[in-house]
Amino acid sequence: MGRSVTDYVPHSELDVRTMLDAVGAPSIDGLFDDIPEAVRRREPLALPAGLSEAEVLGEMRRLAAANTPATGLVSFLGAGVYDHYVPAVVDAIVSRSEFATAYTPYQPERSQGVLQTIFEFQTAICELTGMDVSNAGMYDAGTALAEASLLAAHQTRRGRVVVSAGVHPEYRQVLATETVHTGPRPQFVDLTAGAATDFEAAKAAVDADTAAVFVQQPNFFGALEDLAGAAEVAHAAGALFAVVADPLSLGLLEAPGRLGADIVVGEAQAFGNAMDFGGPGLGYMAVTQKLMRRIPGRLVGETLDSEGRRGFVLTLQTREQHIRREKATSNICSNHALNALAALVHLSWLGREGLAELGLMCARKTAYLRQALLALPGVTAFTAGPVFREFAVRLPVPGAQVVEALVPLGFLAGVPAARFAAQFAGADLDDVLLVAVTEKRTRAEMDAFIAAVAAHLASPEAPHA
Amino acid sequence: MPSADRRTIYEKSCCGRRAYSLPASDVPQIPLDELVPAGLHRACPARLPEVGELDLLRHFTELSTLNFGVESGSYPLGSCTMKYNPKINEVVGRLEGFAGLHPYQPESLVQGALELMYELEQWLAEIAGLARVTLQPAAGAHGELTGLLIMRAAHHAQRRDPKRIIIPDTAHGTNPASVIMAGYEPVAVTSDPRGGVDLEALKALLDDDLAGLMLTNPNTLGVFDENITEIARLVHEAGGLLYYDGANSNAVLGISRPGDMGFDVVHFNTHKTFSTPHGGGGPGAGPIAVRDTLAPFLPVPLVGKAEDGRFFFDDDRPQSIGKVRTFYGNFGVLIRAAAYIRGLGPDGLRRVSEMAVLNANYVMEGIKDLYDVPFERRCMHEFVASAAPLKEHGVRALDVAKRLLDYGVHPPTTYFPLLVDEALMIEPTETESREDLERLIEALRAVAAEAVTDPEMLREAPLSMPVRRLDEAAAARHPVLHQRFPEDGESCA
Repeated sequence: MGRSVTDYVPHSELDVRTMLDAVGAPSIDGLFDDIPEAVRRREPLALPAGLSEAEVLGEMRRLAAANTPATGLVSFLGAGVYDHYVPAVVDAIVSRSEFATAYTPYQPERSQGVLQTIFEFQTAICELTGMDVSNAGMYDAGTALAEASLLAAHQTRRGRVVVSAGVHPEYRQVLATETVHTGPRPQFVDLTAGAATDFEAAKAAVDADTAAVFVQQPNFFGALEDLAGAAEVAHAAGALFAVVADPLSLGLLEAPGRLGADIVVGEAQAFGNAMDFGGPGLGYMAVTQKLMRRIPGRLVGETLDSEGRRGFVLTLQTREQHIRREKATSNICSNHALNALAALVHLSWLGREGLAELGLMCARKTAYLRQALLALPGVTAFTAGPVFREFAVRLPVPGAQVVEALVPLGFLAGVPAARFAAQFAGADLDDVLLVAVTEKRTRAEMDAFIAAVAAHLASPEAPHA
Repeated sequence: MPSADRRTIYEKSCCGRRAYSLPASDVPQIPLDELVPAGLHRACPARLPEVGELDLLRHFTELSTLNFGVESGSYPLGSCTMKYNPKINEVVGRLEGFAGLHPYQPESLVQGALELMYELEQWLAEIAGLARVTLQPAAGAHGELTGLLIMRAAHHAQRRDPKRIIIPDTAHGTNPASVIMAGYEPVAVTSDPRGGVDLEALKALLDDDLAGLMLTNPNTLGVFDENITEIARLVHEAGGLLYYDGANSNAVLGISRPGDMGFDVVHFNTHKTFSTPHGGGGPGAGPIAVRDTLAPFLPVPLVGKAEDGRFFFDDDRPQSIGKVRTFYGNFGVLIRAAAYIRGLGPDGLRRVSEMAVLNANYVMEGIKDLYDVPFERRCMHEFVASAAPLKEHGVRALDVAKRLLDYGVHPPTTYFPLLVDEALMIEPTETESREDLERLIEALRAVAAEAVTDPEMLREAPLSMPVRRLDEAAAARHPVLHQRFPEDGESCA
């Protein structure tokens, strides 16, 4: 038998011969006699021939070099994925193979490491959100939103959810797709002229069949929503109040749990995780004590061993698919544990002061850029009220045009809202640009960016490079 | 190992200590109340830990030593394919040209990423023997849900709405749970004496309400269902579609393709078959491949290639079920799977399955006189042994598993599949050396011997781990799911 270039199989030919003899098989081929000839493949798969490790690295470097990563430019891209600085300690920890290559901790005596980190992660999410119970993590905010709507429907036995159009359009798409046959029907509520949720419209939409009201904080266009007001609208109708919260904002902004939230979900990628073209990120979900037995996904709890020592285990597993099969609360198994560990390490590095300081710095830099952009002729506010680290402006030209024009100058100007037009029925978003500012952006970069935008708007046809 | 009670990072926290550094602010110091309306300003800070950077590293390094990964020792966890996760994958996954990409960059700046996704889609389609692939699902269970939604959309397009999905009694728990989430009704079909689907039982379940069948092949007993083409014919004739749970793909790479067996939808677990790390519970990825007739229903976007060679996101798919995940899936995981497939090529992938099957048979041969092996036939990449012979000594599969920890190997999957009493499901994978396989055999044999000589000790095992058996019942009865702080209940203000 010929050796392939790479296969990570340690056996020598003698090993293989010895083992075949031991199992009484005449040949490797003979091991597969149970597979009927009709479905046996005799010709090789039509794939490129294998490569050595050095060649694989070369090929992958070629593909990576065919990209221009946002991290190599002065980027103002956000819309759910943010370029915050990730401290070096994160990679040092998540690279450890005891964490990176372990399975889900089904054998607690040999998995105390990951179990304790999940317990500490759950604690961090509870602290940030002000909720009683956090699970061990989810795939992303979109699937967490879909699961939250199912949870709300089961809890209230009601048939609809009212969802603000300020919830990220892709999260809303995932919600609509995943719950189409089994979930509550989503009803979307428009935004006001200032890009905040229209709570009059929300109030009108909520009725005795509403399982939950969903609001995002800050919303998709960066606007800070009146969560306490939204909670009132939901609770007055006996519905749950669910918040899609950016956890990085929660060093600065009030915990949703203190403003009436029954469920909090969101995306925690910005803690410890690279942007990675949008995945794997880290969804999370936290709920009130009352909803503890309905939360999907893994939960880790503290307990004692037979000698009275503290330890951690997966708990309340009777909610889960591997025990309950078709009666489970969800089919979810994975909790993006390694991403959750990265988030925990980053949060532990920041600490309570660091998170608050980081939030304030982002808010101030965002305010600086927003003011400067709005001072340019023809640029008007799309997001009207207070924001955190992202806002939208209306430009005198299409947003995508500005983005294209500024790439050669080294800027990623923002996310053109027009790409989400289908999820904002009827809204004119062609000229709207979504701009995010993290702590990475310096004043000098922002000043240069403003000058470049000003130059482009002054003569959109002229080359600036 | 030391037995002192462990502390959480919150209990190591000390007010005023810090690890973080931030750049000096270079913009005007606008007061907080001008930035955030009073009612939205956080009243009580989140009680995150306050520790120095080295203390932080020591904390998590210590925790890592309490964990067990593939590089720690043999990890024969059945149905989980705990193979070696190549280091080169980690290098390429961290290349700035991939990791630094934002999902909403202009397409002209992400041509390399799109090419990688386009190629990977083609490769997975070829491995599955099917037409098109979506990379969007985040995990195997997520792929199952996506596949079922596609099947349902396909039935609807033909103005049919059958509701029942047949699932063998050996199936993974995710199968019935995913069926429910798709709004379908799961119906169990029994297994025949050789461990395959009972054809007569299957025929009795076929009717107009049949939406499809979900099957793992080889199944969770580690045996290949020889009747697969007949099963496929029966299900298709009844108007159903066939879903292949790819959890066990490591047995058949390049040897037998699900599409050729008659399956219409297949998911792969990249974290099993294609060597991406399990991460202690993710992130994985669960791409699915479908037959050409189902391609119109795949989630958006797919990656297309224009005539001029440029790659693009194809959102213009009117029959698509929509989106099942934000952005484009777990791209960072998919890079690693692509590097693996590119390195191994067709010969390497085939050898993976050949050696995975050889290794499983070698271990089965080494223990089958001491443990029951319910199906007297060759196994594929894994097999199910039963610890039932040890029951007369009062020893159960759980005790065997716990004692194996003391021998430095990770236990097999226990009590699954459900139809085997005291099941131990063993999947060595292809990356184990002969010596490590023999150590696993010896450990299993030693534990079986101890069941006779010292059953009391086995029921107490493990003896050498950082903790002894943990009280899971108490954990569920009085759930403590986060840190209790001394000042809990007091107001911070």
